[in-house]
Amino acid sequence: MSGYLNGLLSLLCIDVMFAYGVFLPVMAGQLNLGGAGFQALGGYVAAYLAANYGTPIWMTLPLGSLAGALAGVLISLPLARVRGVYLVLATIAFGQVVTGLILASPTLGGAQGIPVPSFVGLPVILPFTIIVILACFYLCATRLGLAMRAVHDDEAVADLMGVSARAIQVISYAVGGAIVGLSGALYAHQFGFVEAQDFDETLSVYVLLYVLLGGVQTAWGPLVGTACFVLIPEALRNLLPKLSALIAQTLHLPIGDAKIDDSWRLVLLGAFTVAMMIWRPQGIVTRTLIERLAHPFGAARQRRAA
Amino acid sequence: MLLLQQAINGVMLGAVYVTMAVAFTLTIGVLNFLNFTIPALFMVSGMIGWSAATNGLPFGLSGPMHWAPALLIGMISAALMSMLIERLSYRYLKARHGDATEHAIPLVSSLGFLLIIENLVRVRFGTDMRGFASPFQGLSFSVGGILVSIPQLASLALSLVTVLLLSWLLRASKVGRAIRAIAENPDAAAIVGVDVRRIVPVVFAATGLLCGLAASIYALNYGEVSPAMGDDIGTKAIAGMVLGGLGSIWGAIAGGLLVGLTEAFSIQVFGSDAIQASVWGLLLIVMILRPQGLFGHNAIGKGKL
Repeated sequence: MSGYLNGLLSLLCIDVMFAYGVFLPVMAGQLNLGGAGFQALGGYVAAYLAANYGTPIWMTLPLGSLAGALAGVLISLPLARVRGVYLVLATIAFGQVVTGLILASPTLGGAQGIPVPSFVGLPVILPFTIIVILACFYLCATRLGLAMRAVHDDEAVADLMGVSARAIQVISYAVGGAIVGLSGALYAHQFGFVEAQDFDETLSVYVLLYVLLGGVQTAWGPLVGTACFVLIPEALRNLLPKLSALIAQTLHLPIGDAKIDDSWRLVLLGAFTVAMMIWRPQGIVTRTLIERLAHPFGAARQRRAA
Repeated sequence: MLLLQQAINGVMLGAVYVTMAVAFTLTIGVLNFLNFTIPALFMVSGMIGWSAATNGLPFGLSGPMHWAPALLIGMISAALMSMLIERLSYRYLKARHGDATEHAIPLVSSLGFLLIIENLVRVRFGTDMRGFASPFQGLSFSVGGILVSIPQLASLALSLVTVLLLSWLLRASKVGRAIRAIAENPDAAAIVGVDVRRIVPVVFAATGLLCGLAASIYALNYGEVSPAMGDDIGTKAIAGMVLGGLGSIWGAIAGGLLVGLTEAFSIQVFGSDAIQASVWGLLLIVMILRPQGLFGHNAIGKGKL
């Protein structure tokens, strides 16, 4: 396998895990716009331990994950009484505080970052990713998953039926935080370096968009969303410069900046987001779509019988 | 003495935050919608103003112009863009999908617009910081050894007067009453004859104008604009709005000034690396101890103006 493909797949796996970690709170009706803060926490715990104490990888990964879970509990426990937009704001504040503290702390390297001595490659990352995906699918099929879905659909009714909405939300943040923390620790070992600037607010925004555009009704959503938005731009890498040159030519825009292609990619992501919100706000993958794909002839037969 | 000087600097810094925090609180209070296009509108208004002042209008319509009409063009384009965004996002997004995260649909849509605007500006103008030739830089007077910059003082007065005017319009004018009716209950407002489809664009246009005003103040005081200024200033304005309490104009004023003060004092005490941690740390503490903010109502996310 070529180095390029290896790196791309590692990155995809880490992003997929990140997306599942953000997906779990969304499944319980809570948007998490501070995902990058959880990832930074996991990444820095792993990097700091590995760099300063030579802690082996089989310990840094669980500890990074644990840090993410603890942060998830700490942020959701006092804030479970606030709703909707307030919790979104709290998660933004959390992400900013984590990166802000890292930037201000000399022991964590400040803006210089920390180099990570031990390396982890795709053979370790891929099994972890598969375990996370399978665990999330399993979770969706359990009573807990059903309760999360109920809280998402109507909190008051779920509470009436004896589901503790607050407990469900804290659990979803804790498990989600653990997954995002793990992805951060794996990122630190795979990339060999962590710096606070890599975990800024825009990263949280992108991953939340992957999840929401993929669809949050089923566990397929984060996988499909992340795969689409990481792999399609990669495939377009050859086509996009030609396309953007054509657009730039017709609109008389200046061309030649190396960063421009990346900007056009993000413009497309933004336009796709707006279009999806207008025509299909429930995301790419929905429960109905899964049913149709699973029984391609079932629906047609029912129509004929009717 | 040094502390007093820092306090003055902080309050001056707060003028930009106050204007933008009021823009945020207006859309949250009336439409229950966290509008992420506000940082982008702030930035694009400054960049268009800069472009009009140094290059003139596109397609050779005019040469480089005076800073005042240039910034006015920036403000008007921000207001028009904001109304276009309303047309393409908020208008489609009524509760018709039977889904609890649907309150997030306009928010997600505005994140999409944030990406579009920021990156189109990067394509058009590049990522560099641009100098804005400000006619007022360096004017200042001192009272008892404390330096007060005249343009900053004027900006603070301008932003406070604008906000007070807005508050008066909301209380006394016909459109203002309609806006407050929508904030209370959109369905009931429609029943008693408020044309919601005509009033909501007014809120968006006002948001755009406030962003343009904030950008003009920023460009004139700091003598620079950049495609990254929305991320930095805009997110701190969100912090100011939440500190004061969602949907409260007085809260947004207090919160914006408080963020400016926190920033100035944390530079003084911990150095400039610590700004982000102290502003957002303060916010997180306030949210945990008093989730409705300093001046907010208990009806969270649905305040009254």
